[in-house]
This record gives sequence, C-alpha cells and structure tokens, in this order.
Amino acid sequence: MADSDGRQVDSINHSTEEGVKLQEIVQAKCEGKELTREEKQRLRKEKKQHKKNKKDDRGPPEKEKEKEKASVPAPSKPATQSPAHKAPVPVNASASESPVAAEKPAKSKAEQRAERRARQDTERASKQGKKEGGQLSASSKPKATPNELQPVVKRLPEHIQVDDPAALKKLAKKLERQQVPLRSDYGYKVSLFSHLHQYSRKNPPTQQISIPATVIHPSIVRLGLQYSQGIIAGSNARSVALLHAFKQVIRDYSTPPNEELSRDLVNKLSPYISFLSQCRPLSASMGNAIKYIKKEISNIPSQCKEEEAKRRLQECIDSYINEKIILASEAISKYAIEKISDGDVILVYGCSSLVNHILCEAFEKQRKFRVIVVDSRPRLEGKEALRRLVKKGIRCTYVLISALSYILPEVSKVFLGAHALLANGYVMSRVGTSQIALVAKAFNVPVLVCCETYKFCERVQTDSFVSNELDDPDDLIVTRNGKTHLENWQTVKSLGLLNLVYDVTPPDFVDLVITDLGMIPCTSVPVVLRVKNVDQ
Amino acid sequence: MPGADKETDLSERIESFLSELKRCGSGAGSLRGSAETARETTALLRRTTAQARWGNAGELMEIIRKEGRRMTAAQPSETTVGNMVRRVLKIIREEYARSRGSSEETDQQESLHKLLTSGGSSEDNFRQHFAHLKANVIEAINELLTELEGTTDNISMQALEHIHSNEVIMTIGRSRTVEAFLKDAARKRKFHVIVAECAPFCQGHEMATSLCKEDIETTVIPDAAIFAVMSRVNKVIIGTQTVLANGGLRAVNGTHTLALAAKHHSTPLIVCAPMFKLSPQFPNEEDTFHKFVSPHEVLPFTEGNVTQQHLTPFSTLKTEIVNKFRKKKLTQK
Repeated sequence: MADSDGRQVDSINHSTEEGVKLQEIVQAKCEGKELTREEKQRLRKEKKQHKKNKKDDRGPPEKEKEKEKASVPAPSKPATQSPAHKAPVPVNASASESPVAAEKPAKSKAEQRAERRARQDTERASKQGKKEGGQLSASSKPKATPNELQPVVKRLPEHIQVDDPAALKKLAKKLERQQVPLRSDYGYKVSLFSHLHQYSRKNPPTQQISIPATVIHPSIVRLGLQYSQGIIAGSNARSVALLHAFKQVIRDYSTPPNEELSRDLVNKLSPYISFLSQCRPLSASMGNAIKYIKKEISNIPSQCKEEEAKRRLQECIDSYINEKIILASEAISKYAIEKISDGDVILVYGCSSLVNHILCEAFEKQRKFRVIVVDSRPRLEGKEALRRLVKKGIRCTYVLISALSYILPEVSKVFLGAHALLANGYVMSRVGTSQIALVAKAFNVPVLVCCETYKFCERVQTDSFVSNELDDPDDLIVTRNGKTHLENWQTVKSLGLLNLVYDVTPPDFVDLVITDLGMIPCTSVPVVLRVKNVDQ
Repeated sequence: MPGADKETDLSERIESFLSELKRCGSGAGSLRGSAETARETTALLRRTTAQARWGNAGELMEIIRKEGRRMTAAQPSETTVGNMVRRVLKIIREEYARSRGSSEETDQQESLHKLLTSGGSSEDNFRQHFAHLKANVIEAINELLTELEGTTDNISMQALEHIHSNEVIMTIGRSRTVEAFLKDAARKRKFHVIVAECAPFCQGHEMATSLCKEDIETTVIPDAAIFAVMSRVNKVIIGTQTVLANGGLRAVNGTHTLALAAKHHSTPLIVCAPMFKLSPQFPNEEDTFHKFVSPHEVLPFTEGNVTQQHLTPFSTLKTEIVNKFRKKKLTQK
C-alpha cells in the first residue's frame, strides 16, 4: 500500500512533466507521425496512473475507461486504433490535471525525468521476469489492453461463454449502454451445449426496438431481421448484404462537430455489430469483412474532407466485394472446371452459392455431367440448389442424407462448399458435411472443397462443440400422418432437441481445397493466412 | 362338412394375413413390429398343421413350403416370415427323426454323409406315417411360440451388463427391442440417450418421446448431425430388420453412416436382435436388399420438375463394422 501511495504522490509531481511529454506525443500523433513503442507505453502508463488518481472522486474518467473497454469487443483491432482512443483521454486528463499540478512545487525537469526512467526500467525488468509480462514491452502491435498492469488475458468471444454468468452480465451492461436489445435464450439446451446461445425464430430482437430507432440505422435493423429469420442465409450472401448495409450507413453518416470521421465512424459501427450478433452470431466471413472496413476507416487521414472520405470508403467496400467474392468465384470456377470431366457424377450437399456457380459455368462450357443433390432436415436447403440447377438444365437427382451410402457407389466426385477454413486445416461448414466426407472416404470418392480466401480464419477447432451455432429447436418438429410427436417437447423435462448449424470436417477426409489462389491441400491454410497477413 | 369349413376358415385366415403383409410394407417401416409378424406367422403355421390334410411329414412340409412361399412373395422385405417358416420346417424334420427313433446328431451326420456319397434326395425318408407326429409338431410349435414371447425380455435382462452410469448412448430410428433394452437399464442406471431422427419418416421422434416417459435424458438430433456428435458418444446401440448370413445387417436407412462414424471414433456398436431376425440369406450385391418407397415423402410431386428421386428405407451394412451381437440365448433341444 505504501508503494501505491508513494506512486500516487510521485505521479502528481510528475504530472506536469508527463503532461508536457503527453502534449508532445499528442502533437506528434496529430501530425501523422508514427508513435514509437516507448511513447505508446508512456501514454498507456500515464493514462493508467491518471485513472488510479481519479478513481474515487471523478465520474467521467470512469466512463471513459468503460468506453475504452466497450470499443474493444470486436475480435481484434488494428494497432493504430488504440492510440487513437487513448489520445483524447490523456488530453482531457492532462487538461484537468495541469491546474492542480501547477500548484505543487516542481522538481527540476532533468531529475524527474531520470527518476521516472529509472522507475520504468525497474518495472519493465520485473515485468519481464514474469512470463506474460514480456508482452507489454515486446509487443509490436499493442492489442486492446486490460485496464491494469496484469498479464494479458485472452478475450474470448462472448457467444461461447453463455454458461458464465459474469460474461453474461458484462454483455448485458454493454448492450444497455449501446442501447441494443438483449435477446434471451429459448428452450431447454442440451447440456453439452450450455455454453452457446439458443434463440427462437419467433422472437427476433427487432421486436424490442422502438420505431423510429435512434441508435441503430434502419438498414441495419432490416438486415438483422433478415438474418434472424433466415431470409438471408449462406456466408457469401450474408457478407455481401452486410457490406451493402454498411455502405448505406456511410452514405447517411455525417461527422458530428469536434469529432474525427476515422474515430467516430468506428464507434458508430460498434452498436450495429452488437445488434447484428444478437440477431445471429457473426460468421467468419462477416468477421473478416468487418475487420477490413474498420481498418480502412481508421486509415482515413484526418485532413481528408468528409465527402471525399465517404466516397473513398464506398469504393473500398465495392472493391472488396468485387475482388474477394465475385472475382474469386470466377477464379475458383476456372480451376474447378478443369477437375470436371465428361461423364462425371457429381455430388453436392445443401446450397452453396459457389458450388452452384461452378456447376452452372461447367454446364455452359459444355461439360457432360449429372448432379446428385443431397439434402438434410430441418433446413432442406438442397431444394433451393435443386431448383437452380434444374432451371439451368442440368440433370439432377435428389436424396436425403440418410440414403448417402446407397447413392455413393454411383458418384465420381464430391464438391462441397465451406463456411470457413480453420488454421489447423479443418473445414467448418453446414452440419452434415463431415458425414458426407466420411462416407465418401469410405467409398474412395474424391472430396473437393471450394472456398474463397476471405473465409480463412485464424481460429483452431477440433470438434463441433466448442464453437457452434444452435438454431431454433422447434424446427425439428414435424407432422406426419396427422401426428406430431414432439409437439409438447418443452413440457417433457428430460427431452431436448438439438439443431446444430455447423460442423467441422477433419482434413484427412478432404482431398483438395480450391481457392482463388489455386488448388491447395487442406493443411496449407496457415501458409495462406501468413502470406495474407504479410501483404496487409 | 366340418373338414371343409375348417379348410375354408384356414384359407381365409391365410388370405387375410397375406393382405396385411402386403399393406404394411408400404408404410413407415413397422405398423406392426417384426415380433408380431413372427408370432402371427408361427400361429398360422400351427393352425395349418392342425387343420390341413396331410398324411406324412413330407406332405406337411410341402404344404408349409407352399404357404411359406406365398407369404414371402407378399412382402419380400419382411424376412421374419421366411425365417419362421424355416424354423417350423426344421421342427417337423426333428420330430420326424425323433419319432423314427434315431438321435438328432447321428441323423445329421448321416444325412451329410449321405449327401456326399449317394447324392440322392432324402425325400423318401419322410414318407413314413406316424400317429403322434401331429401332436408332437404342434407341441414343438407351441414351445417356439413361448420362446418368441420371451425374446424381448431376455434381451432386456442383459442390459445392465452393457450400460454403465453416466453413459451417452446413440441410437437411430425406432426399435422396440432397443427401447425395452434401454428402459430396463434405466431402472437402475442414469444415462443419456441421443436419438437420430431418421428422416423422412422420423421414427426417432416416437422413440424419444417413449424413452422420456421413463425419465431417460433424451436428445433428438437430425441425421446430418450424426458425425458431429459422435465424438461424445460412448456406445451405439441399434436394432435391425434382419441379420444376414455373413454377419451383415439389413437395417433402416442411415445405419451405414452411423456405423462408419462409430468406426471412425472407435465407438463400440451393439446390435440387439432376437432369434427370429437371423436369416440364412447372403447379400450377393449391395443392391439386392433395398426397398424403395414413393419419393412423395421427400419431395411432393407438386414441387415442380425434378427428374429423379430416390428414397430408400433400408440399407445393407457391411460385416466388418458390426461389433457384437446380443441375441436371445439359444436353448438346446
């Protein structure tokens, strides 16, 4: 305790010194110079000390601390953003602090500087002694830091922590602050999945929003409703719809006075993203798209005029959609068509926009093949794929997934779409994909997965339980011959319905992955991720 | 005349049984369970023995064979009928041999030896007339019927040897044998059951609601999620429609996938099958035993132009995948 008191006294003495240093740093930032590592650390440390001082007597700094925490929930933030957030705080803090500090007798600047440096060195040494402490001094990209000098804690995504009441409370507080409605879980959850949300389609969160919605842009509300009701489904469709909605948001955005577009717009987007993830958990492709947009927004130079900035952002979004989705699917079709020969019998599962596109292109290029569409309850997405392919004129057969081992001896190739490709080579896709890959392997039929590179994700997963999505359990109820057996499943206490959305396929079942960068084996995904990170 | 009445009565019963068989085949698999079919077949054969006109064992066997052929032709997928007919024929042969006085084993050896050396048919052996043959045969068939009554109970009695507490068991579709098996174990142990619903008939739903009545923790999953949840399953227990001569199974659609998934995760697969499901038929090709049902269940005809649909309620299961059998214990006669 003596130490902290001593530190407090010293900090007040140092505040003038610090204040000067801070102003220098803030000036440097405004001029667009890149902050050195030391300067960033100094900023951070100063801010923490300010907060410690004002914890008891001042309210606003508390809010600022919370605001900083709130702006952090997105999975990862670009480096330039954190100093941007910290800069206003120290400026305000130092502004309020300097009148107080001016009264205290100031030591000579050189002595203070030396003392401070010595203290920082000892602290740095002690931190490096601790295992996790090395991160603070050695971090090249400071991630969103916790508000105390503790070892960095991995921030888990909220949607897999439903069984933790502390995490739920934190989420509720955050949503309240952002004025986003909180959606409650529905129905009995199977114990293996108590860490995931389970929502009912009959209660979309849009019901709890007042009209007109002041905080959430109407196109986002519409998008959220479309997600939660399943009107827009499929990872490409969801990403494209998200990007278009963001374009609309940017078009309608106007910078409030005394704010910079690069910071304020990102803050505006946070409640929208929370709202959308309440409607339906974000997909990996959407996550990557959001990361890209946030990076582009924060890279807008401050002297850029608003109109120019908005135009630039909209161009960025258009080029993202064009490059990563549309042109990528053209490239993938070109590679995939090489793999389709005349007389092939191709098996597809569910409705993947990319696979449908490939088959239609191959048909136009006069390849002779026929298609078997495998479908499964309760979504029955294969019917949509069937409709599209038959409209083109392709010969199709339709089976349910239980008839798979009957139909597979006829099949020559299996084409599957993917929701995401994980860093350990596992393919995350619609539930049932792993089953198809398993049985195809047993019958020695080659399995080809088609996936754009923007769906590659850094996560690692080995089973379908840890991170998944639970759909509305009422979808499993069906009426046959006038009898609905599961009608009152809620009343029976030992009965649970499980409606999984995704599952992961191990890489040994997959023979080839066709991406816009070429045809790669499943295990090369981390290489592609590394190359992409270097590029960006 | 009483004899003629009996005969018409008998043929009426046989006709009604055949029409029942024909009708129930096109539905959701088992409007009547195979145990009932077996029981009814045996009862019918007993009545035939009692009421039909025959002089010696050979004639009786001819009559039974003829009726048996008609019954299997009515519903080829219902193999229990054929199995029961074969059992009754065996009973007749045994009773005949016993009446003749020779013991069973030597008779078998003799007949094999005879087959090898003489190559002649053993038909002449059955021409002798015995007074008490009818009564003996009917008594033996009654014993067979009591055996049939007890099959499910006998299987369920072994449940506690195979299920430990806090286990996760997976099953597919609806099997009365497995249901009784699990319910018996649930009286003493607490475990969790995952039922794959088995589209499009979704018999898994009935199974789940019936298990819940005994307070067994049940979860219903769609067929697509079988592999996804298999990693958390400790045992797979299934019922089957037929057990083939090479050890393979003819079971409800989706069982092959379930078995492959279990093999991948090295999960033991237990099949509960009573005696009357064992069949001497071999699956010569993969396609020989499939039964097709109208695709209307899957894609109604109103939904536009579609060229080809397949709907198979049964699928054959390779031998290597099946792990163990639990049959009713064979009683030596």
